[in-house]
Amino acid sequence: MHMRKLLALLLLMCPFAFAQEGPGLGVPASPEEVAGWDISIGPDGENLPLGSGTPAQGASVYATQCLVCHGPNGEGGLEPKLVGGHGTIDTPNAVKTVGSYWPYAATVFDYIRRSMPFQLPGSLTDNEVYALTAYLLELNGIIDEDTVLNAYSLRAVEMPNRDGFVWAWQE
Amino acid sequence: MSKTDKSKDLIESGQVEEVAANGLLHRRAFLKTGAIVASGTTILSATAAPPEVDIWSTTAGRPPEAYGNRSEFESDVIRDAFTPTISVGAGASRTPHGSLEGIITPSALHFERHHNGIPNIDPDQHRLLIHGLVDQPLVFDLESLSRYPLVSRIQFLECSGNSRSLDADQPVAGSAQTIHGLLSCSEWTGVPLSILLDEAGIQTEGKWILAEGADSSLMTRSVPMSKVMDDAIIALYQNGERLRPGNGYPMRLFLPGWEGNASVKWLRRIKVTEGPTMTRDETSKYTDLQPDGTAQIFSFQMGVKSIITSPSGEQSMRGPGLYQISGLAWTGAGRISRVEVSADGGRTWGEAELTEPALPKALTRFRMPWRWNGGPALIQSRAYDETGAVQPTRTSLLSERGKQYNYHNHAIQTWQVSSTREVSNAYA
Ligand code: HEC
Repeated sequence: MHMRKLLALLLLMCPFAFAQEGPGLGVPASPEEVAGWDISIGPDGENLPLGSGTPAQGASVYATQCLVCHGPNGEGGLEPKLVGGHGTIDTPNAVKTVGSYWPYAATVFDYIRRSMPFQLPGSLTDNEVYALTAYLLELNGIIDEDTVLNAYSLRAVEMPNRDGFVWAWQE
Repeated sequence: MSKTDKSKDLIESGQVEEVAANGLLHRRAFLKTGAIVASGTTILSATAAPPEVDIWSTTAGRPPEAYGNRSEFESDVIRDAFTPTISVGAGASRTPHGSLEGIITPSALHFERHHNGIPNIDPDQHRLLIHGLVDQPLVFDLESLSRYPLVSRIQFLECSGNSRSLDADQPVAGSAQTIHGLLSCSEWTGVPLSILLDEAGIQTEGKWILAEGADSSLMTRSVPMSKVMDDAIIALYQNGERLRPGNGYPMRLFLPGWEGNASVKWLRRIKVTEGPTMTRDETSKYTDLQPDGTAQIFSFQMGVKSIITSPSGEQSMRGPGLYQISGLAWTGAGRISRVEVSADGGRTWGEAELTEPALPKALTRFRMPWRWNGGPALIQSRAYDETGAVQPTRTSLLSERGKQYNYHNHAIQTWQVSSTREVSNAYA
C-alpha cells in the first residue's frame, strides 16, 4: 500500500519518470570516425572542406561529367536546367534553377558533392566540386569569371533569391 | 420475398431516403435493409448461379509456399512506374488505389520515390551514426536497434507531390492510381528516435536534426527537434516484416503525418544541429512557390484530404443500380472526424460511414451507398479533421496559392460518371 502511494505520488510529480529507456547499446564514436561521415555543409558554409576551383576549371569538368544530362552551359537537356530563369520567380512562368531559386550557395557545393554526377556520385574531388560550383554560379551571373571559390569566398556569395522563402513551420 | 427483393422494395418505395441529390443514400442504408453489396456490383441484377463442379474442385492443389504469392488472376494489380530516360533511379511508382480495399497498402504495392535508385544494403554492414550537438556521438547497428523498445503504428505516408496534376488547367486523363498513387498506409514498427537521442544526450542548442540516407543520392532533410521528440521513429518493420528495399531497408526515418520526402529512407546518419541545414531537397525541391514569388519552406504537415477509390477514373460501371462508393480520407493533423460525399458536383452532400479502425495519421476508409440511375453524375468526397480543418475545393485552393505551388495539393477531386458508364477525372 505504502509503495503504491509513493508510486502514484511520483507519477504526479514527474510525468516523465516512466519515459521509455533503451538498453544503452550505442557504441561511442571518436571524433575521427565522426569526421569521416560528416559531409554536410551548413547554409553559412559551416564544414566546407579545404580546396578551391575556378569557373574555367569547372567548365572543363562540366563538359566531361555533366553536359550529357544537363546540356551545354547548364541550359538543360534530359535533366534539369541549372542556369537562367532570373526574374521569373514571381511570374506565372517561374523557371526555378540554381541561379534563380536556390537560397544558399553552400547548398550547391553540398549537393554536387553528395549526389552528382548521377551515375557516379562521390567520384569528384573537393577541388572539382569547388570548380563546378564556381562554373554554375558564374554562368548564372552571380560571381565573375575571375573568382577563385574556396571555403572563404563561397561563404561570401549571396544568392539572388536568398530572401525568397517564408517559414511555414512554427514551433 | 427474398432479402434482395425486400431491399429493392425499400429503396424504390422511398423508405430508404436519399440524403443528398442524385441517389446518395443514408450511410446505414445497407444495414437497414439487410442487403450487403460488394462495391461495384448491383443487387438489382443479381441472379443465382446453378451449382457446378469446377476443375479446381476436382484436382489436387499445390503444396504450401515458402513466401506467398497472390493469385495469378490478380497479376494486373501493380504499381505503375515513372522512369526517366537516362537517370532511371530518379523515378517513382504509384499505388493502385482503384483496385484495393481497406486501409493497409500491401508492402509490394507501397508507392516509391527515389532520388538515385534502390540501394542493395547489407544489414550487417549498415550503421546509424548520431552526432552533432550531443554529449556522446553514438553508432548503432541493426541488431542493437532491434533490442530497443519497439512501437507499432498504422500510419499513412504521402509524397507532397501527390495529386499535383490537379494544378493543370484542363483535367488530365487518369485514375486513382495515376493521380493519387503517391500515397500508401502501412503498419510501421520501430524505435522511437527520442530514446536514441536521449542516450546520446542532446545539448541545449540542438533544435533540429539533419537526416541522411545511405543511397547513392545521400538524400538529406532537416527536421525540427520537437517533431523528432514527439513521434518520430526509426522504422525497421513494415506490415510485420523487415522494410522493403524500396522503402528504406534496413532502416528509415518515419515522421507520422508529414510529407514523405522528410521520412528519409536507408537512414545512416543523424546530426543534431542548431538550425536547418538548408539541403537541396528542402530548398530547390519541396518548397511551395506562391504568386508573389515567395515560397513556403518547411511546410511539413500533410493537409486534410480524401479521395474516392471506387468508382474511380478509368473504371466503368456495370449498369444502373445500387453501388457502394468507397474511398480514403486522411490528415497529418490527427484523426478524420467526418467525410461527406456528393453525387452532383458538390451542390448537395451526405455523410459517409467511417469504417473502423479510424486511427490518427492513418488512412481512414469511408463508404456510402449510392443508387446510380444511369445518368451523368459528378462524385466527390470532402474530409474534415479533428482540428476542424475542411478539405478545400480545387478552385479555392488554386485561387489562394496559385498554380505553381506544386506540392501539397489536397483539393476535392471529381470523378465524372457518364451515361456511357465510364468514370473519368473532371473539374466541377
Ligand atoms: C546521368 C545524368 C546526370 C549527370 C551526368 C549529371 N546529373 Fe545532375 N541531375 C541529374 C538528375 C536526374 C537530377 C535530379 C535528381 C533528383 O530528382 O533528385 C540532377 C540534379 C542536379 C542538380 C539539382 C538541380 C535542381 O535545381 O534541384 C544539380 C545542381 C546538378 N544535377 C548538377 C550536376 C553536375 C554539376 C553534374 C556533373 C558533375 C551533374 N549534375 C551530372 C542527372 C544527371
